[in-house]
Formats: sequence, structure tokens, C-alpha cells
Amino acid sequence: MMRPFRLRIFCLVLTLLMPFGAGATKIQEVRSPGGIAAWLVSEPTIPLLSVSFSFIGGGSLDQPERKGTGNMVSGLLDEGAGPYNSLAFQTRLEELAVRISFSAGRDTFSGSMRTLTKNRDAAFDLLRLALNEPHFEAEAVERIRRQILTGLIASQEDPNAIAGRLWFKTAFAGHPYGLPNKGSIETVKAITADDMRVFLGKALARDRLTIGVVGDITAAELGPLLDSTFGALPASTEIKTPPDVVMKGIGILKVVEKPIPQSQVIFGGPGLARNDPDWYGAYVLNYVLGGGGFTSRLTEEVREKRGLAYSVYSYLSPLDHSALYLGGVGTQNQRVGEALAVIKAEIARTRDNGITEDELANAKTFLNGSFPLRLTSSGRIARLLLAIQRESLGIDYMDRRAGLINAVTMKDIARVAKRLLQPDNLLVVVVGKPDGLMDSK
Amino acid sequence: MSRYFPIFAIFSLIVGVFAAGLSRPADAALFHPKTHSLANGMQVVVIEDHRAPVVAHMVWYKVGAADEPPGKSGIAHFLEHLMFKGTPSVPSGQFSKIVARNGGRDNAFTSYDYTGYYQNVAKEKLDLVMGMEADRMVNLVLTEDDVLTERDVVLEERRSRTDNDPSAQMREVMNATQFMGHPYGIPVIGWKHEVEALSHSDALAFYRRYYAPNNAILVVAGDVEAREVFALAEKHFGPLQRADTPPRLRPQEPPHRAARRVVFNDARVSQASWRRSYLAPTRTAGDSQHAIPLSLFADMLGGGTTSRIYRELVVKQKLAAGAGAYYNATGLDLGRFLLYATPSPGVDIAELETAMDKVVADVLKDGFAPEDLERSRTGLLAAAIYARDSLFTSPRIFGDALTSGLKVEQVETWTDEVRAVTMDQVQAAGQAVLDIRSSVTGLLLPEGELGK
Repeated sequence: MMRPFRLRIFCLVLTLLMPFGAGATKIQEVRSPGGIAAWLVSEPTIPLLSVSFSFIGGGSLDQPERKGTGNMVSGLLDEGAGPYNSLAFQTRLEELAVRISFSAGRDTFSGSMRTLTKNRDAAFDLLRLALNEPHFEAEAVERIRRQILTGLIASQEDPNAIAGRLWFKTAFAGHPYGLPNKGSIETVKAITADDMRVFLGKALARDRLTIGVVGDITAAELGPLLDSTFGALPASTEIKTPPDVVMKGIGILKVVEKPIPQSQVIFGGPGLARNDPDWYGAYVLNYVLGGGGFTSRLTEEVREKRGLAYSVYSYLSPLDHSALYLGGVGTQNQRVGEALAVIKAEIARTRDNGITEDELANAKTFLNGSFPLRLTSSGRIARLLLAIQRESLGIDYMDRRAGLINAVTMKDIARVAKRLLQPDNLLVVVVGKPDGLMDSK
Repeated sequence: MSRYFPIFAIFSLIVGVFAAGLSRPADAALFHPKTHSLANGMQVVVIEDHRAPVVAHMVWYKVGAADEPPGKSGIAHFLEHLMFKGTPSVPSGQFSKIVARNGGRDNAFTSYDYTGYYQNVAKEKLDLVMGMEADRMVNLVLTEDDVLTERDVVLEERRSRTDNDPSAQMREVMNATQFMGHPYGIPVIGWKHEVEALSHSDALAFYRRYYAPNNAILVVAGDVEAREVFALAEKHFGPLQRADTPPRLRPQEPPHRAARRVVFNDARVSQASWRRSYLAPTRTAGDSQHAIPLSLFADMLGGGTTSRIYRELVVKQKLAAGAGAYYNATGLDLGRFLLYATPSPGVDIAELETAMDKVVADVLKDGFAPEDLERSRTGLLAAAIYARDSLFTSPRIFGDALTSGLKVEQVETWTDEVRAVTMDQVQAAGQAVLDIRSSVTGLLLPEGELGK
């Protein structure tokens, strides 16, 4: 492949610190000649690169009666664009061994690309076409619609999917977060190519764009490719983002009866925003309670001591317009009541008594010591670059992260435990045939 | 099967990278593995990768679910869980906690041909985790209580994976029907009634029979020098005694003379689906010369959106919402070649099957275009480069290969073999394997819906 732009080096390159670990790797803030910003980790060891990007908005921009539009768009951008029809576009991707994918989340429309160095320019050009000149040709639209519909039909009887849908429907009734992001059978049937063009016209704007790039490319080489790929998108578009919202359904239990031997349970309550001053306290606390896999208190009580489940977990879920603290467990129908009681008791115990000094120290050691394990593939690092930018954590975040975690004190934990851990306020959804459990009203 | 969900996700991802169903691709020029053997027979493989200051440390045992004694299905996987209990020097339940306190992540997994354990840690911690892994290779202590509670956990795992999910139950039945004599027909996690009866002594007997340095492979990838790893291996595993491990003699498949059909109706099925599996060679079993050409055949037939099956059934005839083929060339004994399809809303599954049969028949008769072969070849060779990107991929490739009867050199020559495949070989492989008499066809249907 030719590299027509490689000689131009107008990029403003802000190179900042970031020895992550070995000292060899650093994050550069690249600003293209046309003013598009991206974070880059240049890593020439292996002849490939990964790109991750996202636009704020995503599925929350869907019209409620056309819910799933963003998701459907994400399936169609690589199904014909520019001079290529669907087959030609897919063939080109395969010939170049390039992978491009898109997805619409609750708050963002995002994408990723992976290419070998030798096909880099052609790969960025395919990405440009997908973003700027998708066809939405009728055959492809109907084909992707069929795929989404069969997926939705299949998920109608999937216990985890049922639990998730009902949990969010209850927690966010009347808000876009309450609707499944992929839409329903009815709304997906109603989506037109025009709906998708309207969505795309709103959703992709440069002032809501964040980019992370990792791999065999320099800042000087990247800048012009950013311009050619993203430069033709609108600088700004008017969108209506959803209002901030606090979850409903506090303290409610809902049971969906299904003929399965193991009940699937999702439980959760209000969480903390990512920029909450208590975030790191909550992060450490959750690791101890239910985020730490084999080491967590919930795993110890539910799995190790009682054999009640294969998996029990909790996690903080900060959305752009709300914040949740969620968890889940799967237990045979006869013992779901027992499992839930054990979980609630452990949450209450942690709220009342906090955690031990040892647990705090161990959590810090793990959360800091394991961080470099997330820096082990170009795709993972690119997604991390994206997340750090999305949350406005700063380009020196990776250097500061350990300090933020180490600064958490027992006092912080005690305070955040009182805020976060409210076992009686959980919204609980159970799917299965749980003995002795029924809807609260 | 794994001890916890995350590793399962990772493994699926890796398999996904090679979605065309290749063996785990590799190349000497790509991975540069360095190898060493301890006097007690333990093999050591090191892949140096200095991009981040971490290592993946893995021990793979050449024993899996297909090596279980009759009536004890699930014991390999159950023992994998129990390996996290304790030893005289690591108190019960502390193994993973010690790893975590040292900033590491650990887990384990069981398949038909292997059982693997790993810790991903900062490079300074390699000495520590290798010592712990060597310790539990020979010093496992199990209490009756540990065994009974963990058995409940495994039964919950089986409910999560299989009993709650009709499509998983369907795959279990198809597998059992595909393999008439070979233990690949028995689920890795075990039949429920047999798992319920597994005991403390079953676990220890299996452990003593198979867990020994001569039956294990150490694979380390990351920011280390091979000679340092070899020295650590000598220190920790070197003193362990070789054991009299039995050879892997498994019941083999008789000739398959008749096509089989499985129709599974279930109230929990809302979306019908269709699958077919054929008995297939691997790189080390059966007519193994077909294995790598078959990888390319699978990719051209059903590997992606430009594949013949997708173009015909999904794009042109619109009978399927999704459809494709899958083949994995790695396996100690005979494996499977898979076809699958999900009917579009309102489409009769019998009509879909007839159309699938015609696509396969046409390909076996007329073959593929030369440009199709080159495109598939490009994809497979690129996958070998992409496989270098994640630190955790290469040790899995080597562990999988070496416990499945392949040699380090065969992993390394994979790309050369892919480059050398001719269209005639591809065609011969397809014709040899896609024989309806060695197949099982499975229909998963909602309650009351008919399958022919």
C-alpha cells in the first residue's frame, strides 16, 4: 500500500510521561493537522495496530418507537459503503485481513479497527467509507434486520436476558435506559433506512468523538489518517441527551417464572458517579465485597462456604446519566432464598462493620499490582485509552491511579459503605422457579 | 469448563480469532519459542515478549475429560476445582488469595485433552507462583468437607452452562450421538448423576494417577529471559519425582455407517436452530494430511460473510439469519467438522436443511474459485500475526497443541503448511470428511414444532 500522507508532519504532538511499568511505553496526545485529537501508544514490536473510538450519544438517541436504531446502524456500516457494495466491502476487509466493528451502547456509539501495518492506509480508508458513506442498501438492511430479530426471539427465553430486561425496565421506567438497547421485535420491524440515516447524521459528530490508537504507527503517521477518516464528519450536531435519572424500584422483588432448574438473579441499587469524590473508596470496597472473584466476601460466603453458586459477583456501573451498583448470582431453585439471604446479610455486615485493615491492604495490592495485566494487547490498551478520555481522568491518570487507590482510608471505606450498601433497598429480579419467592408489591 | 467465567470468555475470544476453525496458528518466525526439558520429563516452553512487565505462567497437564475412568465423568474438571483447596504449606482456600495479594490473576480450565492452570502476574512474582504451582502438583490436601461443598459448586456450574440452556443440552446430545465409542461423547463437565456421586477418593485417585512433572508442560510468556525461566523450572519442578503415568489409551470410534438425527423440542426454545457435525481428522488423528486443507475448506465454505454458505443461505436465498461452518484442526483424537444455521423468521427448517445440503453438494462437486482460496489463506496467515498481539494467546496455543499430540515444531510450521495448501488438497479434504454417514444432524425446535 502507498502511504500518500506519510511525509506531512504537521501534527502537534504532546508527549507526556507514562512509563507503564517497563518505562518503554508512553501515551502521546496527537492532534491532527485538521484538529482531531487522539491518544496514541506507539508500539512497533508487532506489525499491527488497533484503533478504538466512540461518540457520546449512542442508543439513547433512538426514538422510543424505533428503539434499536443505533444498534441496527452498527450492523450496517460495513455492509456496503462508498464504491463497494456489501459483498465487495466484506471481500475487501478479508483480502486485507482488516477487522472493523461497531456497536451502540446506552451512552455511546463506538467502533474499533484492527489492521496489519502493511494494510494500514487501506484499512483507514475502509473505516472512512463505513463512517461517511454507508449505503443502507435494501438487501443488507433486511438481512441485518432478520439477524437482529432472530437474536431478539432467541433472547425471549434466555433467563439472563429476561432478568436484565426486567431489571432495567423496572429501574428506569419512562427513561431511555429502561428500554433494551437492541429494541424489541416491534420497534426493530419498524426501523427504516431513513431512520438510520437520521440517526447517523446526529450520532457522529467530531465534538463528541474520542479516539485511542495503539500499535505500529507514529504520531506523524497517524495525524493525517485521523483527518482523512474522521475529518468529513460534522464538527457538531444537535442532540437531545436523556435527563439524569435515579433508579426506581427500590426494595422490590420481582419473580419471572420459567421452567429451569437454576434461578438467575440480578440485584442492584443506586451506585456512584465516576467523578464522585468517593469513587475510589467505592471501587476498593466493591473489590472486597463482590468484585474480587475468588477473593471476594460474597464468593467466600455463597460459593466457598456453602456451595450455593458457581458465580456470584457485584460491580459498579456508572452510566452517563445515572449510577448503579449491580450484582448477580445463579442458584438452584430450592436454595435461591437462602442465597439471597446470605448475600443481603453479607452486604449488611459490610455496611455495619466495614472491612478489615488486611482486606484494605490486600485490595490495594491487587488493584494496583494487577493493573499492568490490562496492558497486554493493543486492543485492550486502546480501549483503556478511550475509557480514560471518556471519564476525563487525564493523560497522567495511569501514573496517578496507584496514588488514588492507595489514598483510600478505613474512614473512607466506612463512609462509602454507609452510602453504597443498602441491602433492603435492592431491586431484585429472579427468573426461574424459586422456592418460596414471589413478587413483592 | 473453567473454574470461573472470565477465563471462559477469554478462551472463546481466542477461538473466535480463529473462527474459521484452524488449529492454533503459529510460526517459528512469529513466536520464537525456546524449549527445555527437565530430567524428570517436564517440558518447558518460553515465549519472550517484553512489551509489558508481566508474565503469563501456565502449567498444562496431559490429561482431560477423555481420560476419565468409566462412570466417573466430570472427575478431571472436578479435580481442577479442588486443586485450589490447599497443601501443607498453602492453607485451604488461600491459593487464589495469595496470588491476588501479589497483584495476580489466576484460574484454570479443563477440556477433553488437557487441564490447565495459570497465573498472570508481574514478572517479579514468577518465582512465587511457580513455587506454588509446583507445590500443588504433588502436595494437594483435600478434606471431605472441601470435596462435598465444591461438588455442589460444580453442579451449579453444570446448571448454569447446560441444564438451564436447551441449546447446550442439544449440543450435549449431539456429541453423545456423534461419538459412539470415544469418550469425546461424554460432556467435559460430566453427566449430572455421575458428578453427584464423585467422591474424595475419586478425586485423589485421579490426581495421583495423572499429576506429575512428566505428564505436565510449563509454558511461560512475557517479560522474561528463557534461561531465567529454565532455572526457575529446575528449582521448583526439577526436584519433583517422575511418576508412572499410564499411556493415553482411549476407546476409539468404530466405522460410522449411518447418518444420525437428533430432534429436540423444548418449551424453553423460542428460536429454532439447525446443526450438523461430521467426524473429522485432526492434525494428529485420522487422515491427518486433510487437517490443514480442511481448515481452509471450512473457512471458504462457512467462515464469514463472503463464505459460500453465508452468500447462498443468508444473502441470496434468505432462508437463514445466520449460517456457517467451523472446524478445529487440533485434537488428540478424531474431531468434528460443524455446519450450523438459524432459520429466518417464518422459514421451515426442513427447507433450510435442503438448501444447506445443496450448497455442500455443489461445493463438493464444483469446488471453490482460486481467489476464494487466496482470501482464506490471507485471513489464516494474518490470524497468526494477530495471535502475537495478546500476551495470553501464545501460551494457550502452545499448551493446547502440546497436550493434543502436536510438537513445538508443528506449531511453528503451521503457517508454512497453510501457504503450501493446494486447491486439490482442499477439495480432497472436503470430499473425504463431509460424508453424511459419519454425521449427526440436530434440530432444536420450540415445543410442538415438527422436524422432518
